[in-house]
Amino acid sequence: MLTIATGNRAVAEAVKAAKPGVIAAYPITPQTEIVEQIADYVTTGNLESRYIPVESEHSAMAACIGASVGGVRTFTATSSHGLLYMHEMIHWAAGGRLPIVMANVNRALGPGWNTWAEHTDAFSQRDTGWLQVYVGTVQEAYDATLMAFRIAEDERVLLPVMVNLDGFSLSHITQSLETEEIGDFLPPYHLPHAIDTENPRGYGPMTGPDNYYRFRWDIERSMRDARGVIAEVESEFADRFGRSYGPTEEYRCEDADVVVIALGTFGKEAEVAVDRLRDEGIRAGSMRLRWFRPFPDLDLSGREVVVIDRDYSFGFGGVVAHSIRAKTGIEPYSVIAGLGGQEVTYNDIADFVRGRRPGEETWFGVNDHV
Amino acid sequence: MTDISRRSVTNLSAIPKEEYIYRCTSACAGCSSSLCLRYVLKAAGPDSVLVVPACCTSVIQGIYPATAMNVPVYNVAFAAAAACASGMSEAFAATGKETNVIVYAGDGGTVDIGIQSLSGAFERGTNFLYICYDNEAYGNTGMQRSGSTPLGARTTTTPGGKPTSKKDLDRIVEAHNPPYMATACSAYPLDLYKKVRKALSIRGPKFIHILAPCPPGWRYPTEKTVEMGKLAVKTGVWVLYEREFGKLTINGPSKAAMRKPEPLEDYISGQGRFKNLSPETLDLMRQQVEQNIQRLAREEEGVC
Ligand SMILES: Cc1ncc(C[n+]2csc(CCOP(=O)(O)OP(=O)(O)O)c2C)c(N)n1
Ligand code: SF4
Repeated sequence: MLTIATGNRAVAEAVKAAKPGVIAAYPITPQTEIVEQIADYVTTGNLESRYIPVESEHSAMAACIGASVGGVRTFTATSSHGLLYMHEMIHWAAGGRLPIVMANVNRALGPGWNTWAEHTDAFSQRDTGWLQVYVGTVQEAYDATLMAFRIAEDERVLLPVMVNLDGFSLSHITQSLETEEIGDFLPPYHLPHAIDTENPRGYGPMTGPDNYYRFRWDIERSMRDARGVIAEVESEFADRFGRSYGPTEEYRCEDADVVVIALGTFGKEAEVAVDRLRDEGIRAGSMRLRWFRPFPDLDLSGREVVVIDRDYSFGFGGVVAHSIRAKTGIEPYSVIAGLGGQEVTYNDIADFVRGRRPGEETWFGVNDHV
Repeated sequence: MTDISRRSVTNLSAIPKEEYIYRCTSACAGCSSSLCLRYVLKAAGPDSVLVVPACCTSVIQGIYPATAMNVPVYNVAFAAAAACASGMSEAFAATGKETNVIVYAGDGGTVDIGIQSLSGAFERGTNFLYICYDNEAYGNTGMQRSGSTPLGARTTTTPGGKPTSKKDLDRIVEAHNPPYMATACSAYPLDLYKKVRKALSIRGPKFIHILAPCPPGWRYPTEKTVEMGKLAVKTGVWVLYEREFGKLTINGPSKAAMRKPEPLEDYISGQGRFKNLSPETLDLMRQQVEQNIQRLAREEEGVC
């Protein structure tokens, strides 16, 4: 069905289609609309889930953990400080190999209080064993949330998935949305290690140096397998529903001399910038990084690269720029822009490309050369 | 659900022979909290899951791949037990299972770091049984103070004796109006067994607070564990009672103790943690014990 929706609403619609057994959540701007919408579906009988209005994010993730291992599909949503307050349980969910799906509406961290978009919240959970996908449109928020359940619950993966969408610039803007009758796209929830009192086991007991590393290696092995599973699921999704995605979304990259790499809504803005630059005769392309964990293999050989980081690792540099440098050996032009919702237009992005200095870093609005 | 009836169990021989904790746990000699867990599981039966936050119990069950328990044990982070149990209980409800969800948590994981999730789960009416075994300190990390450590007790972080009183967990839980709550003590296993059975026959959030003497923490010889628990009750330091749908009943052993309590010194003097207690602190303790007994007696008589 074609409708008009915000990014938040699209996530809630996808959750309604996925029919989790348990949803546990705590409100935080700009995610609140998701949990309100889901509470409304449950109350009005449009969604037959059990909704646990918990007292904190730490408890939200703990409740999802209990429910997931208890044998049902689970969902939660959060943002920023909520995500950080969950941090301990975020590790626990991945270590417990629980296919929890969470929407994280990317938002900056205090102080000072700032409710606008930034990716530092999600990157602070980078090493927890969660898969991370970053979406660029309302439709993609819906599609990625649906696929997230399928990917997380695949027995070759069995890891939680975080669906990231930019606060306000995606969570609160409206675009057209096609919702689907998903049929058997999501099979019934099956967790091989769900609690079974007929077969009692210890979950997460003390594990010494002789075995602990094996569990860690298992997570990494599944992360590697996840690449293939993601490709399979996205291709089946394309066959069924006609919208196709990949680890990156490339725009006019084939013959590009310079490629702009960004996440989320900036990745979409970059497409407009590319058109502008092409009009001026600059052969530019854009590559929106969708999956950040597992990190995709990128072919950027022979290109110049401009990376926009909506995040920062203090004392070091932009997280995406560093990842690109480490994975491809290319020295990108690293632009730090959009922190705390700082306005960045496609004109600004075009300027980044025009004034690029490979190997250097600049903070937009502070010491930029443009 | 396992067969939970209110059929009265009058002596220890009526308790099932089935064991849900095997021998060779990693508990200290004389550990009363692991003894209590043995009775809790006998009462709950095999269709039960334990949710265990960081505490001695996470060690007692053994090291992967071995386990000393034959019910599923879900180990979870220190602050998260009640919330995790909420999710599990809802998942079981969603799939039509009647499995007992039982949190078995230490006092630190209950009165300190876990109080938020405990309060949330009780407010939401989660169908589960929360058991706090109270050894009055952080045993797992080597006997630091907890909010449940009593006035005057020496721990590694209160080497001069704890300057403040024990947090009144029961009154905090009572304020949530659970359908069933009780106190118990490891020296009275039959009483504990019956309370677990009764708790599990009721829907909603249930709570049992067990006083569990701990030889290394309280600094007494291991063979005195049962005696120490009995003394706690007989001196009135620990009162055994139940509150069913708000109605308080003081149990037999405490009734007797409340009529004629044994001297507080009998309980204090056998424990290294109370060494060199000042006469003022002892006086204060005595006053607190008396006030607590009187408050409960008045409530039972309906004059509060
Ligand atoms: C967030 C966090 N902080 C601290 C710890 C370390 N820790 C583990 S168990 C424990 C004390 C547990 O005490 P209690 O709940 O009274 O149970 P007991 O060990 O006495 O059985 C502490 C401080 C932890 N595991 N997690
Ligand atoms: S420290 Fe105390 S409670 Fe912990 S295992 Fe030893 S005796 Fe039991």
